[in-house]
Amino acid sequence: MKSVLARADSISGRILGGVSLFLLTLLISPALSLAQEDLSHSWFNTHRVNMLVFLLVFFALIIYFIERAKKGKSLFIRRIAGLDAIEEAVGRATEMGRPVLFISGIEDVDNIQTVASMIILGNVAKMVAQYDTPLFVPICRPFVVPVAEERVKEGYASAGRPDAYNRDNVRYISDEQFAYAAGVNGIMLRDRPAANLMFGSFYAESLMLAETGFLTGAIQVAGTANIHQLPFFIVACDYTIIGEELFATSAYLSREAKLLGSLKGSDLAKAIIMGLLALGAVLETAGITGFTRWFFIE
Amino acid sequence: MGTTELIWNGIAALLVLSIYSFLYKDNPFYKFAEHLVVGVSAGYFAMILYYNAFLPKLINPLRAGEYWYIIPGILGLLMWARFSRKWQWLSRPTLGFVIGSGAGVAIPLYLQNYVLRQLSATMLPVGVSSWPQITNILIIIMVLSALAYFYFSKEHTGVFGGVAKFGIWTLMVGFGAGFGMTVMGRVALLAERVVFLRDYFSQLWNAVF
Repeated sequence: MKSVLARADSISGRILGGVSLFLLTLLISPALSLAQEDLSHSWFNTHRVNMLVFLLVFFALIIYFIERAKKGKSLFIRRIAGLDAIEEAVGRATEMGRPVLFISGIEDVDNIQTVASMIILGNVAKMVAQYDTPLFVPICRPFVVPVAEERVKEGYASAGRPDAYNRDNVRYISDEQFAYAAGVNGIMLRDRPAANLMFGSFYAESLMLAETGFLTGAIQVAGTANIHQLPFFIVACDYTIIGEELFATSAYLSREAKLLGSLKGSDLAKAIIMGLLALGAVLETAGITGFTRWFFIE
Repeated sequence: MGTTELIWNGIAALLVLSIYSFLYKDNPFYKFAEHLVVGVSAGYFAMILYYNAFLPKLINPLRAGEYWYIIPGILGLLMWARFSRKWQWLSRPTLGFVIGSGAGVAIPLYLQNYVLRQLSATMLPVGVSSWPQITNILIIIMVLSALAYFYFSKEHTGVFGGVAKFGIWTLMVGFGAGFGMTVMGRVALLAERVVFLRDYFSQLWNAVF
């Protein structure tokens, strides 16, 4: 757990570094490309001031709440209903004596949804270790395999069952999207897991996976931030964690300062956006258009 | 259709039917097709990676004398250290660069497209004197209630809970529209495969008889 958190710590440090570097690049590059004949007047793109203000406000809120969380201040997050569904799914698999299948999406470890999925995987691994239920984790990307192995191993260790950990249950299938879906479908049809947990980034294979799981009679809980795939999970799964709830679930389960702080910061940013929206609508109705024009991106 | 084409298309038709056979139940034909696509895709992907990424983006520039390309080459090689427990730490600079650059590109882009543009497009004049103004009221209420659903710092109780519930209904309407649109696209893909099978078997019949 500590090594995974340490890794997340170094990753987030790099994220902040990368963001500041590329923010500067992205702000400057349009100006440079548009005004190559006179670079001396193009070091700052004034058409992107609104984006800069928003980014600075968001970053300030997130960093503020991360620091509050690090100091041990209590940050309230409401319990996500999908957490009960995960526990129910694992319990059902235990009663039926059949395995749990955890699918972490098809994106690589640098995708934030995959990171959230790995955090949930650790908690699921702890649950199945307590109940002695087999856990299968088919992986689409090679570099997710060691991360998933470590999360599952730590889950078993924190449940006091390190001997029950089986490395072969975390297996690489294929990088290719539909080959991965075919492989996972085969696992579902042959091993007949009683619970399918699908958390991460999914694309067109989402309906294939969810429908096959439905055919096998498994209880299915899914969560993704890819909005185009949510309808398929909603119709084919017993419970769906929608969009940002996936990140809230991982923050709620891990209680890690950076995740909690980011969630609280984005919550406050959301409240600000709602206020700006209402204010903008009132001003537009009154015929004052300057406020709306400030948010316009050319 | 020549004999060679007839044979290759025949294999394609057999594999299509093998995959569709799983709609009935798992069987050796589906298993074979599944293992074939997993294996072939791994090999095909490796070749795609070599000819589309490794060769033009590393080998050719190095051959042309642009030796600074060795730096990203070394960073890429260091990623393989992730498979060793002892040397895993060597992959952190590369991972940090990939995640940092990905986030650095994605965050301003997402903010621009999913926040600022949406915000400016949703600040609409409201009223009851015309139908567009009435629909603007609906749009603004639906957007605000959908945002309220994703507010995690307060329990969904009371008035706020009612607003959040309206928000999830709004989301479900949108998801239903998206589902219908995508199902239409999938049916179009099925139609294309059915046309392929029809054309192949008619050509096979003509060739044999």
